[in-house]
Amino acid sequence: MALSQDEVARLAQLARIDLSTEELAHLAPQLDVILEAVARVADVATDDVVPTSHPVPMTNVFRVDEVRTSLPVEDVLAMAPDRQDDRFRVPRILGEEQ
Amino acid sequence: MSELITADAADLAGRIARREVSSVEVTTAHLDRIAAVDPTIHAFLSVDEQGALEQAAAVDARIAAGETVGPLAGVPLALKDVLAQRGVPTTAGSRILEGWRPPYNATVTQRLLDAGIVILGKTNMDEFAMGSSTENSAYGPTYNPWDLTRVPGGSGGGSAAALAAFEAPLAIGTDTGGSIRQPAGFTGTVGIKPTYGGTSRFGQIALASSLDQPGPCGRTVLDTALLHEVIAGYDPMDQTSLDAPVPPVVRAARSGDVTGLRIGVVRELGGEGYAPEVEANFHATVEMLADLGAEVVEVSCPNFEYALAAYYLILPSEASSNLARFDAMRYGLRVGDDGTRSTEQVMALTREAGFGAEVKRRIIIGTYALSAGYRDAYYGSAQKVRTLVQQDFAAAFAQADVLVSPTTPTPAFRMGERVDDPMAMYLNDLCTIPTNLAGNAAASFPSGLTTDGLPLGFHVMAPHLADDRLYRVGAALERRLSATWGGPLLRKVPALPTTTPATTMTEGVTR
Repeated sequence: MALSQDEVARLAQLARIDLSTEELAHLAPQLDVILEAVARVADVATDDVVPTSHPVPMTNVFRVDEVRTSLPVEDVLAMAPDRQDDRFRVPRILGEEQ
Repeated sequence: MSELITADAADLAGRIARREVSSVEVTTAHLDRIAAVDPTIHAFLSVDEQGALEQAAAVDARIAAGETVGPLAGVPLALKDVLAQRGVPTTAGSRILEGWRPPYNATVTQRLLDAGIVILGKTNMDEFAMGSSTENSAYGPTYNPWDLTRVPGGSGGGSAAALAAFEAPLAIGTDTGGSIRQPAGFTGTVGIKPTYGGTSRFGQIALASSLDQPGPCGRTVLDTALLHEVIAGYDPMDQTSLDAPVPPVVRAARSGDVTGLRIGVVRELGGEGYAPEVEANFHATVEMLADLGAEVVEVSCPNFEYALAAYYLILPSEASSNLARFDAMRYGLRVGDDGTRSTEQVMALTREAGFGAEVKRRIIIGTYALSAGYRDAYYGSAQKVRTLVQQDFAAAFAQADVLVSPTTPTPAFRMGERVDDPMAMYLNDLCTIPTNLAGNAAASFPSGLTTDGLPLGFHVMAPHLADDRLYRVGAALERRLSATWGGPLLRKVPALPTTTPATTMTEGVTR
């Protein structure tokens, strides 16, 4: 199925990427070609095949609940775009009216 | 060109340990070489001159004090910029991480430093390891030392080019769909993707967690094996790390005995779409192995033809999730935070400005493949193909000890040739991708040159935790081919234009 520019814009919004109009026009046909090519996985993915998410068997790993030294706060915050009182400072989520 | 920069890593380490030469001298020779040729090659994103010289001096001091050091102590290395190194710029080739200096070391980085290996700097790569040419780096492409109009492969083009340009005798790459092996093939170097879980991913900036694996790159099979032993082994910091002994790779690299080894030629990885010279070189290499005592069988892996499609669904799905962490809140770039916009708007503006075209393309595909209504058709089906590919490997490894193919369908292509055709670019990874879906070990070894003087790679795949078999095959080939060529393939690399060394280099400069 063809992927429209509107759908690409919606996906970009979900992925938190503010695509420009030119990018949308450029990307939509490319994504369409890729999706068409990769859709062939459905040809062999019959109901009797068990899906595999990982190349090795996965088990949950638990570690002992012990106190350990963590990274110094100063090191962690050194690269933050903005900070205040040993915390990451982020833009507000809600507007004045909300 | 100084003899110190053409010598093998194993040889250099021996001479440093015997105090015939100091690590500082060796490191300085490489820093000078980088200053002289890297303006042409652009293998490095940052060079840590001061840090490297300090590490080298520390190794020299330990040796002078009579300490026993590891087999690669004092030897310089080029580290792919996707691995965290404390205090050193780490960008994964992206603007969104420009100037970021990690507060910790990746496990691989820490093991290199513990082994006394000197880290010269961070190498260029496709942004977040998405690409097959190193043209997708936000900091400009890397050029292939064999032909400056061609790509060095990707995503680890910087690491491979650094080896081929004699800027470092050792390098580290990461392989998600062929990012170690394909550049190795394009540059006439050795590249190994270890068994998934064999090397730690802790501190590696994640692309697709179920596929990514760091691995060693070198100019000789033995050097690569020695590096493999340094970085491999269980790491409690990585949930997917295998708690199993490291396969005896160094012993295998020293042996190079393929007598009785069953070599399976994969029927589906050849024929239409493969350059005639690639095919001819591949078959000649297989015959050479037969001549050395290996037994050659043909095997069929019918589901490999679906592997590429499955990969290009699984990778973007995992990437869209992994790259959600680049949200402008905790580190890296932040755009549009002027007090008038919400968190969500700042995130969207930052990610638009910070990510390149290929990254956006893949994040959006992943978002689509995982979205409600399409998940079963795309991601779910891809995971089933993964099962089928694993079953193909199991059946093939019942008939053969290793499987072989060309590393890539064509030799290195020209810069810009495939940039606007994503599917043509993706086809580069046709031979290397099945291994990542199944988690096997695999390698690319130099196997010859085209008539145009471009390197060709021979691809070898081994079962889980049988990485040593790769080195047996590689060592056998290297021995035989070096005898034919009168030395290693890299001796044939053209001389590079050089600039006057040293004056412009500053610690940690990101270009």
